[in-house]
Amino acid sequence: MVAQRKGKKRTEQTGKQSEGKKNLVPIFIMGQKYMVPDSLTIQKAMEYAGYQLVRGCGCRGGICGACGTVFRMPDSYRVEVGLACQTVVKPNMYLAQIPFFPANKAIYDIEKLSPTGEVVAKLYPEVFKCVGCNVCTKSCPMDIDVMEYVARAIRGDVAGVAELSFDCVMCGLCAARCPAEEAQYNFAILCRRLYGKYLAPRAKHLAERIREIEENRFEQSLQTLMDADEKTLKELYKQREIEPIMAEEDWTPEDNSFV
Amino acid sequence: MPYTAELKKLIKIVEKTRPARVERKKKGQEFPTIPLDEREKILKKYHPDFKSGSRRKIRVGPNKGYAISHEVVDILEARSRVDPNKIDLSRVDYQTDILIIGGGGAGAAAALLAQQHGAKVLLATKLRLGDANTMMAEGGIQAATKRGKDSPYYHYLDVMGGGHFVNDPKLVKTLVLEAPKVMGWLEDLGAMFSKLPDGTLKTMHGGGTSRKRMHYAGDITGAEIMRTLRDEVKNRPTDIKVLEFSTAIELILTDQGQCAGALFYNLETEEYFVVKAKATVLATGGSGRLHIQDFMTTNHYGATGDGLVLGYRAGVKLKFLHTVQYHPTGAVFPEQAEGLLITEKFRGAGANLVNVDAEQFVYEREPRDVEAAAIIRECSPDVGKGVPTPTGKFGVWLDSPMIDMLRGPGTVRSEFPGKDILFRRYDIDISQEPMLVHPTLHYQNGGLEINERCETSLPGLFAAGEVSGGVHGENRLMGNSLLDVTTFGRIAGLNATLYAKRKSLKGKLTLDHVRKYHRALARAGVKTDRIAPMILPDYSNPEVRKKQLTTQYQGTLR
Ligand SMILES: Cc1cc2nc3c(=O)[nH]c(=O)nc-3n(C[C@H](O)[C@H](O)[C@H](O)COP(=O)(O)OP(=O)(O)OC[C@H]3O[C@@H](n4cnc5c(N)ncnc54)[C@H](O)[C@@H]3O)c2cc1C
Ligand code: SF4
Ligand code: SF4
Ligand code: FES
Repeated sequence: MVAQRKGKKRTEQTGKQSEGKKNLVPIFIMGQKYMVPDSLTIQKAMEYAGYQLVRGCGCRGGICGACGTVFRMPDSYRVEVGLACQTVVKPNMYLAQIPFFPANKAIYDIEKLSPTGEVVAKLYPEVFKCVGCNVCTKSCPMDIDVMEYVARAIRGDVAGVAELSFDCVMCGLCAARCPAEEAQYNFAILCRRLYGKYLAPRAKHLAERIREIEENRFEQSLQTLMDADEKTLKELYKQREIEPIMAEEDWTPEDNSFV
Repeated sequence: MPYTAELKKLIKIVEKTRPARVERKKKGQEFPTIPLDEREKILKKYHPDFKSGSRRKIRVGPNKGYAISHEVVDILEARSRVDPNKIDLSRVDYQTDILIIGGGGAGAAAALLAQQHGAKVLLATKLRLGDANTMMAEGGIQAATKRGKDSPYYHYLDVMGGGHFVNDPKLVKTLVLEAPKVMGWLEDLGAMFSKLPDGTLKTMHGGGTSRKRMHYAGDITGAEIMRTLRDEVKNRPTDIKVLEFSTAIELILTDQGQCAGALFYNLETEEYFVVKAKATVLATGGSGRLHIQDFMTTNHYGATGDGLVLGYRAGVKLKFLHTVQYHPTGAVFPEQAEGLLITEKFRGAGANLVNVDAEQFVYEREPRDVEAAAIIRECSPDVGKGVPTPTGKFGVWLDSPMIDMLRGPGTVRSEFPGKDILFRRYDIDISQEPMLVHPTLHYQNGGLEINERCETSLPGLFAAGEVSGGVHGENRLMGNSLLDVTTFGRIAGLNATLYAKRKSLKGKLTLDHVRKYHRALARAGVKTDRIAPMILPDYSNPEVRKKQLTTQYQGTLR
């Protein structure tokens, strides 16, 4: 494929030939000027400029947090941040990627922790150093109120941190810019796991279902399916009752012999 | 990019038919499903798998004669990145009990289970730990956890029906029986699944499900699972060593025919190194970045099918690779978001698919292959009711605003926060305006053959996750892949550990299988300078390349 495709221009994601005229604008990658199409994201613009990305590129879809980028516009002193795979280039922007940030990550055994603020404070004593500058919130590409969840961590509100930080992609941009050297996203995931494990109500039906499986309750019914010929299987498949889409949680099927 | 004036005009038509469609949805009046025999016809005519000329037979290896996509045959009929004679296997750089190749969901789950059973683990992955398709999964994970209305029995039927009844029954049984246990394991690790106030796990429908059994964590289910597993892997540093930016290039065997580890390439320092292991787990995921038939893809940057190449060269058979999964709904607008997945959950929550005239044309929860084929048909000249995009493509509308009308204002924002913010970046409010979608290359239905213990035909080599094939038959249902990778990742980790305790490595390390494969290529008359595994796709600018006068490319890599 490689040999065959050499020289063929693909727009990323599509693999299709790109057509039509492009409107080129200047951007400055680490200070060097390149002309790139104005419709590209920073990530694709870097590739267009000739970079082959190894660092700073993962999902290409705004969820893995690999592509943290800082940039500045020439008419402003303000440093802005974004995800390179999500941010469309702006003419004359100066940019650099921060694909890795060496933030502190505590090592712990989740089984031995309790879901309290003290635990978080012990593992991440730096949380108290927050000076309330709000730079983290301004930096967050996911629009998370980072400073607020830091405040919740200080207050010992584990559930609050978990909820507020849920959309965090762990890109590290908040930590990179924090004057207090916090590892916001690392204590955020600690809180989410503490919440998920200890504070959120447990799923009772799940525990019961697991017990049923351990008691081999479904062995027999599954065996009949495994033994069935294709025709029978297709028949059973066609006949299976479908739970209506707007059905409430307590919906039950008419035929309950296999549930 | 907000919608263009032309598209806004077309959206007005969608708005007109919306209230009536919402009413019908409320009453449970769905668009009729396509009968089984009719399904086949649509697939044959419109699904990309059946497009004539889209496949060719592999000329070498254990599946010689098997016809699959050109792009996959291209990487299988290719030479190694290295000359086996240049590699000194007597110099072992790392030695471990269990080597895990790939840092996605399957790899991380395998690492945790292996460690838990007393093994020293080395997990090596191409990019960062968690830069993987697992991270990108949005919709959810299936498991028959609801008593009184669901059971592994129905889950089994759904999996088989979705897969065209050709799935490996033993793998399916394992999948559906392990599913609730996997959910319990994840809950124990602290994954934050969406729950009702009493702790009941929230569940939804997905394409091809007979019961609502799709569990989710907002619309970032895969990310929640992946970051939880990653955190846990990092919490066990004495037993699990993680190597990032380290790509497996070849498996290493013993001259007695056992798998004994792998040869790696450090993407940053560009050096090769040898890992020797008592057992190896291949968990390298899928191959969307091969851009089969030039389709756009939802997959992560490193999804280049490397594991298929590694396993195949070492003699492991492929299964079900003749079908490829196109996700029915990938974004086609705005251009910057092209290929991105719009989760099936939107349809599960009540959004209609409608054509340019704002008419419904398909039931929203057909199995994926059928749904995708129906959309392609609608956009084809035969029907000609696709919505034209500014880049000259066609799509159909996914009418997300219906969800707020059905389930209350704010639902879209609270249930789909990820997509909400993504589209807001482009000035599109998806609770008010529909999305424009088209099928996109999504999932490698098949892969390396395994049994229910995740063993491959090569002793000491285990495989799990998207790299393997069998459990989903010819078509995977949504939510069964996150389940697949966690279920079989755990099983692979456990069985690799048991194997490592039972069997010791005998004989000398060798890359003879690679030499043999090269000879087989020559014998079959395959003359090529193609190199595999691909490692990363090539998105660099050919204009720039032309001027790189002293640069050498090996395959796609500089
Ligand atoms: C956008 C999207 C949405 C999805 N949504 C859902 C969903 O809602 N529900 C569901 O069940 N499934 C979903 N899926 C499918 C599911 O996420 C994947 O199939 C599954 O997570 C694959 O897991 P894996 O561990 O096998 O592979 P991956 O998670 O892809 O991990 C493979 C890892 O191996 C590494 N690797 C690859 N080659 C090499 C090499 N040569 N050497 C070393 N490392 C290597 C990769 O870098 C990666 O880290 C979705 C997939 C995508 C792309
Ligand atoms: S909270 Fe920090 S790490 Fe998380 S997404 Fe926001 S900036 Fe990135
Ligand atoms: S950037 Fe650091 S110091 Fe400033 S508010 Fe955020 S956590 Fe506090
Ligand atoms: S590449 Fe994953 S967030 Fe940008």
